[in-house]
Amino acid sequence: MLDNVWLIPLFPLIGFLINGLFGKKIKNEGVIGGIGTLAIFCSFLVSCGILMQLVGLPAEQRVFEKVIFPWIHAGNFKADMAFLVDPLSAVMIMVVTGVGTLIHLYSIGYMHGEEGFYRFFAYLNLFCMSMLLLVLGANMLVMFIGWEGVGLCSYLLIGYYFEKKSAGDAAKKAFVMNRVGDFGFLIGLFTLFWWFGSNHNIWTINFMEIKAASHLLPYGGVVTVATLCFFLGATGKSAQIPLYTWLPDAMEGPTPVSALIHAATMVTAGVYMIGRMSFVFIKAPETMMVVAVVGAATALFAATIGTAQNDIKRVLAYSTVSQLGFMFIAMGVGAFTGGIFHLMTHAFFKACMFLGSGSVIHAMHHALHHGHLHDDPQDMRNMGGLRKAMPITFLTFFVSTFAIAGIPPLSGFFSKDEILWQAFSNPYHGDLNKVVWALGCIAACFTAFYMFRLVFMTFFGECRINPKVKDHLHESPLVITIPLMVLGVLAAVGGFIGVPKLIGILPNYFEHWLEPVFELANEYGKQYAHMHEHSHSLEWGLMGLSVVIAAIGIFIAFTMYMANKSLPEKFTSAFPGLYRAVYNKWYIDELYDFVFVNPCKSLGNLLWKGFDVVIVDGVVNGVAKLVMAFSAGLKGLQSGYVHNYAMGMALGVVVIIAFYVFR
Amino acid sequence: MNEVILSLITFLPLLGAFLLLFIPKDNHGLLRGFTLAVTVVTFLVSLPLVTGFVTNADYQFVQNIPWIQAGPFKMNYHVGIDGISLWLVMLTTFIMPIAVLSTWTAVEEKVKGYMACLLLLQVGMIGAFISLDLFLFYIFWEVMLIPMYFIIGIWGGKNRVYAAVKFFIYTMVGSLLMLVAIIALYFKGMASGATDFSLVNFFNLNLDPATQTWMFLAFALAFAIKVPMFPLHTWLPDAHTEAPTAGSVILAAVLLKMGTYGYVRFAMPLFPNAVQQFTPLIATLSVIGVVYASLVAMVQEDVKKLVAYSSVAHLGFVMLGVFALNQMGLQGGMLQMLNHGISTGALFLIVGFIYERRHTRMIADFGGLAKQMPIFATIFLIVTFSSIGLPGTNGFVGEFLVLIGAFESSIRWWAVIASSGVILSAVYMLWMFQRVMFGKLDNPKNQKLQDLNGREIAIMLPLVFLIFYMGFYPTPFTSTMAPALDKVIKQTRLQTAAVPEQPVAAPAMPAMPHAVPAGHPAVEAK
Repeated sequence: MLDNVWLIPLFPLIGFLINGLFGKKIKNEGVIGGIGTLAIFCSFLVSCGILMQLVGLPAEQRVFEKVIFPWIHAGNFKADMAFLVDPLSAVMIMVVTGVGTLIHLYSIGYMHGEEGFYRFFAYLNLFCMSMLLLVLGANMLVMFIGWEGVGLCSYLLIGYYFEKKSAGDAAKKAFVMNRVGDFGFLIGLFTLFWWFGSNHNIWTINFMEIKAASHLLPYGGVVTVATLCFFLGATGKSAQIPLYTWLPDAMEGPTPVSALIHAATMVTAGVYMIGRMSFVFIKAPETMMVVAVVGAATALFAATIGTAQNDIKRVLAYSTVSQLGFMFIAMGVGAFTGGIFHLMTHAFFKACMFLGSGSVIHAMHHALHHGHLHDDPQDMRNMGGLRKAMPITFLTFFVSTFAIAGIPPLSGFFSKDEILWQAFSNPYHGDLNKVVWALGCIAACFTAFYMFRLVFMTFFGECRINPKVKDHLHESPLVITIPLMVLGVLAAVGGFIGVPKLIGILPNYFEHWLEPVFELANEYGKQYAHMHEHSHSLEWGLMGLSVVIAAIGIFIAFTMYMANKSLPEKFTSAFPGLYRAVYNKWYIDELYDFVFVNPCKSLGNLLWKGFDVVIVDGVVNGVAKLVMAFSAGLKGLQSGYVHNYAMGMALGVVVIIAFYVFR
Repeated sequence: MNEVILSLITFLPLLGAFLLLFIPKDNHGLLRGFTLAVTVVTFLVSLPLVTGFVTNADYQFVQNIPWIQAGPFKMNYHVGIDGISLWLVMLTTFIMPIAVLSTWTAVEEKVKGYMACLLLLQVGMIGAFISLDLFLFYIFWEVMLIPMYFIIGIWGGKNRVYAAVKFFIYTMVGSLLMLVAIIALYFKGMASGATDFSLVNFFNLNLDPATQTWMFLAFALAFAIKVPMFPLHTWLPDAHTEAPTAGSVILAAVLLKMGTYGYVRFAMPLFPNAVQQFTPLIATLSVIGVVYASLVAMVQEDVKKLVAYSSVAHLGFVMLGVFALNQMGLQGGMLQMLNHGISTGALFLIVGFIYERRHTRMIADFGGLAKQMPIFATIFLIVTFSSIGLPGTNGFVGEFLVLIGAFESSIRWWAVIASSGVILSAVYMLWMFQRVMFGKLDNPKNQKLQDLNGREIAIMLPLVFLIFYMGFYPTPFTSTMAPALDKVIKQTRLQTAAVPEQPVAAPAMPAMPHAVPAGHPAVEAK
């Protein structure tokens, strides 16, 4: 099975080609959707087989590399098209193909009747292929194909409704911001390649070869430079400060896209990349600190914005940014397993919530359409009380909300708690660890608040949709609700594979599974930071605290949006400036326009109309004019009269003779 | 048979141009068909060059015939190719039928002259790539100039005369300086025992640094104008915008490569000390070119001008890679030349398609075309991303190798700045794509646009194929280039070592060890 790892990205590629080339002729939605879903489902089956085989091997043998064909060989540089299977990539392919299959299935229902149905499925398959290349890549360059490939698919899918200007803008913004990150990725790659090559004559970008040589890397210095560059790449792909602003705009894409790409898989690529190179990152304590601080800041910052949005998908988008911040906290404090664990549980509950919001939007759209109303189907102020009309959507969404809020024993509790605990207890950054932990706790409180605000506004209270169409609100069909149910179950129980040792009812399977991957990084970490022993009571205490924090957030949301509904209004009128700033996302987009976008355009215009046209062409045309003026003068000499020429000859002779005489 | 292939592909178009004289000038169909046939046959004849090429550093398919003997001057008809020129010759023969097809219906006047110009242009281009005799090279170099001048000046747009004259003067200034340098070099060579203009005579002259500097400058200026390098680039946007589609395609795909090819083939191996001296300057101009042209491209209102400026940026990458002077950089630079020929050629074809339909190239006149022209949209999208350098397309491999090569060389910091070009290219290309293809189809004139027809799709398919093929499997190209490039590196480095080494600006970071094996697979295998 391991030898057939190339099948995993191949199936979606085939699906993409079939739907992309012939989808328009096939026309039948069932066939198109079936092909797309089947393609990724086949990948899922192969992934399962590979996982099984890995489980059957002893832990230290769970690394396998497969070269497909030589790709770029130039001088010292060598990059093959090669795949790497190890416990980490196994987790990732399971998440991508598993969640991917469910979302493909869901899309058959959700995209029903869309004009570009075939186009959608083709792109979705192409995305899955790119994402699988990203996680399976055995060297940085194969990872980079996937890295940019998912960026391309993200571009295509955000711009799916390309007739809308906002969609086109959002697509372009996403790609360009990702490119800023990619610039960092490339420089990081160059730096590592150059350092190993020129200092140790090891010319490689292969992960396993770098791992084997990683003991040569110094602590800090050049590694800090390289890892900071890589981290810039991660902030682009995973929407962290300062490159996060594209993700909320990306909600212009159809909802399944938001679920698959902008919640469950693509945006976690940055986290995965740090995990893949943990043995390099850990050697740069400064970078680790930056990662942790940026993660914490993003977690809190995005969470604050999430509290004031009224578009259901935008709330979820900021929530995603915030949750990714948690994952980066984990990576930054050296809790690699915790970060990947949260990546996985987040994929379950956030995909479930996005698909749930899609189900809501679908129903709202349907009802509004029926009444020929032009209200915004995504605005939560038009919703309310939907739990009665849509019980399955509600229930799965509700479970996922508890999971993200971190209520035990749901999946989010285990993963988030592990991150916060390690942020508190890991020794890498001294007192800063406590700051990161504190920020994380506040962000967790905000998370519980805005998520329950969303649930209360959407599913509880009285229905605020136009009464005319109220009876047309229906639960979505099975093809939509089945994925919701599966993901809801996973969101509920997914955490049990990573139960902390402290609780001890089950072994921590997840940590054991990933141990061989992060062993070396932990080893390096011990070189400069000593683990302190913490008492069990402290750990229990903090665990309790995180539940209390979540409860506080829920309580505030309940008070404001269920018990005393005039409170939000009072609050906004009491702090109008603050509310407006939060509502307008702290004006970061405007700031970026002012600082980067507009100056670039002005500079371009200045260079073009100033330098090119006036200076360079001015010189060129000036010379031409000069020549013409000169030749106009000379023209007078060529009068055609013989006596003029004779005069000229005579003068010439005089000059030549004079020259020879007097020299 | 082998030794005549090069002459065949050079002079078949000349024969074709001659035979065109006997076709009635009103029979446009026959004129076009015949020209197409000539270019296709030339392409087919050139195929054995690839299959028969032996991967080593030697000149192959060589033909050497004494030609002119006048006083001290002895010129030979000496032609041959190595891994460097092989693919450029192939690019030329490949792009010509596409160029002929591109203005199949767009050029309706003086078709006979137009077709003859295209064929003569091909003679000049191929000749220049295969010349192993400096004087012969110069002749072909000049031969190229004239048909292009006419193509722009007669069949161009509104402002064609200005553009044509500008093109001619710019190029002519450079060429004359180069001619002077060639003659001076010949006399230097005679002093060391050379008897003719054959290129190989001049490689190991050990010229003193001052002479090298002046000669290099003369060559470099001629090539820099052709590339074009900042700040000598202003003829290009005008020439491109005014030229008919075929002219733009050939200009972008082949003519600009004359400049970069000139550096690799002549300016660098002939004057190694000067190369060392001027590397920081040229790298600086290249990087300025990348950033500057990208910024200017961003604010263009005319699609064709935007593509023209993007050319300047891409060629900046090529120059950076070439002057990295290691396998990665040079291979990247060479690949990028081919890629640029394919991708930017394709972009000019695309601009031609919409211009032919709407007779405007202003971005503001379009919008929402994706809805009306889905096939066009798909192809345009692929080419756009190839131009941006998305991994999996040809553009990426070249750009990546250029940057990593430059990063590993003495011009590391230049490479870092040039890398920002990957952001800028996405900005200007995607913004243009969005404004042309996305949005509402609200201009009534655009609502009746026809999607691509069979001829147009047939033109684009080979290009699209190559975009992916070279993106995923560049090995056939790079492995054939490697030995010849190794030779260039050795020639340029060997003599450098004799001179006391100056640190060429490697601030803050330790310099690259120069003994790095600049190996390629064939060498490494030993």
